[in-house]
Amino acid sequence: MNAPMNPRKLRITTTSLSGCFGCHMSFLDIDERLLELAALVEFDRSPITDIKHCSQHCDLALVEGGVCNAENVHVLRELRANAKILVAFGACAVNGGLPAQRNHLDVGQCLSQVYRTPDGSATAIPDDPELPLLLDKVYPVNEVVRVDYFLPGCPPSADTIWKFLTDLLTGRTPRIEHPLLKFD
Amino acid sequence: MSQTFTLDGKTIAFEPGQTILQAADAAGVFIPHLCYHPEFKPHGSCKLCTVKVNGRQTASCTMRAMPGMAVESDTEEINAERRALTQMLFVEGNHYCPSCEKSGNCQLQATAYHLGMMSTHYDHFFPNRAVDASHPEVLLDFNRCILCSLCVRASRDVDGKNVFALSGRGIDTHLIVNASSGRLGDTDFTLADKAAEVCPVGVILKKRQGFAVPIGERTYDKAPIGATTAGEAC
Repeated sequence: MNAPMNPRKLRITTTSLSGCFGCHMSFLDIDERLLELAALVEFDRSPITDIKHCSQHCDLALVEGGVCNAENVHVLRELRANAKILVAFGACAVNGGLPAQRNHLDVGQCLSQVYRTPDGSATAIPDDPELPLLLDKVYPVNEVVRVDYFLPGCPPSADTIWKFLTDLLTGRTPRIEHPLLKFD
Repeated sequence: MSQTFTLDGKTIAFEPGQTILQAADAAGVFIPHLCYHPEFKPHGSCKLCTVKVNGRQTASCTMRAMPGMAVESDTEEINAERRALTQMLFVEGNHYCPSCEKSGNCQLQATAYHLGMMSTHYDHFFPNRAVDASHPEVLLDFNRCILCSLCVRASRDVDGKNVFALSGRGIDTHLIVNASSGRLGDTDFTLADKAAEVCPVGVILKKRQGFAVPIGERTYDKAPIGATTAGEAC
């Protein structure tokens, strides 16, 4: 009755930590529904905007990817500090995903294996301080910050993402069931 | 079929000697389960078939049906506990469904879908157990094992080979191969064995047959677990 004519648009921030950007691509797969979404939300820090740091009072943060290096931790904490609702978006964020298959390997050995010289005689692991150090393991997002919702799938399908977002935007508790609920 | 009990208020007839799970299955009522298989003796390890009988929780795969029992199964409380148990199974192993050949045909995954499991909730164990690829036809990935012991029971009771066993204690309990080398290639295990087909998850995998079924046509793409017809407990 007293609702404003132009309600404030909800602010969404998104990021890819140790992700493959596949969840963002699946997000874009909602196709022309993006136009509907654009009428309801505005994007804060995101790979699809040019904003470098998340502004305060974001309503929703979509976090793709697990946590594999120090910079991931900083980004994740920034989003958590500024977003009311933080979503672990996709299998990697939910349980580490396929990148977590390195968790039974020694991270030093992984690096020396990859960065050795072609003849294998020496290694040149990048050591510039500008580069973030890898963590010992790949961690699911909820082992670093508190997560409000989990949206599994590798990636979650566009329809799953749309169901999730429309549930959330209309104030309902997101409910994903067969056949939209997938881990693969 | 003169005796009955009630399951979530529905009257279920049973033969004396049947367990609650068997009677429910025969009546076409699904009770989630992973270690139970109709061809084998119950094991009682997964605890997913837990129900409330006259107010107390018990495993329906081992509890005999008795006349007049009041059994609760599909309730918020019981399903929340089943979801927690499923989450525990997921974090104890390395269940990376996106790269698993069993994805879409996996009972653990389908059960998680059935229970609406959105996350693994607990901290992950990230176990590190070596894959056994020594057998020419079969691959074993022990990091997905849920210790249901179906392969143990099938190999011992049906195949008469005793290829598998559970070893260790507590969280260190794990599936082993009964060969002095510990390798499947050094046993008389074959693809024709019952044990080769009973694994409900992605531990025992036939080599060179992964990802053969298109997405959309896998077992649980077509219908969620529990939507099968009566008497078909899978």
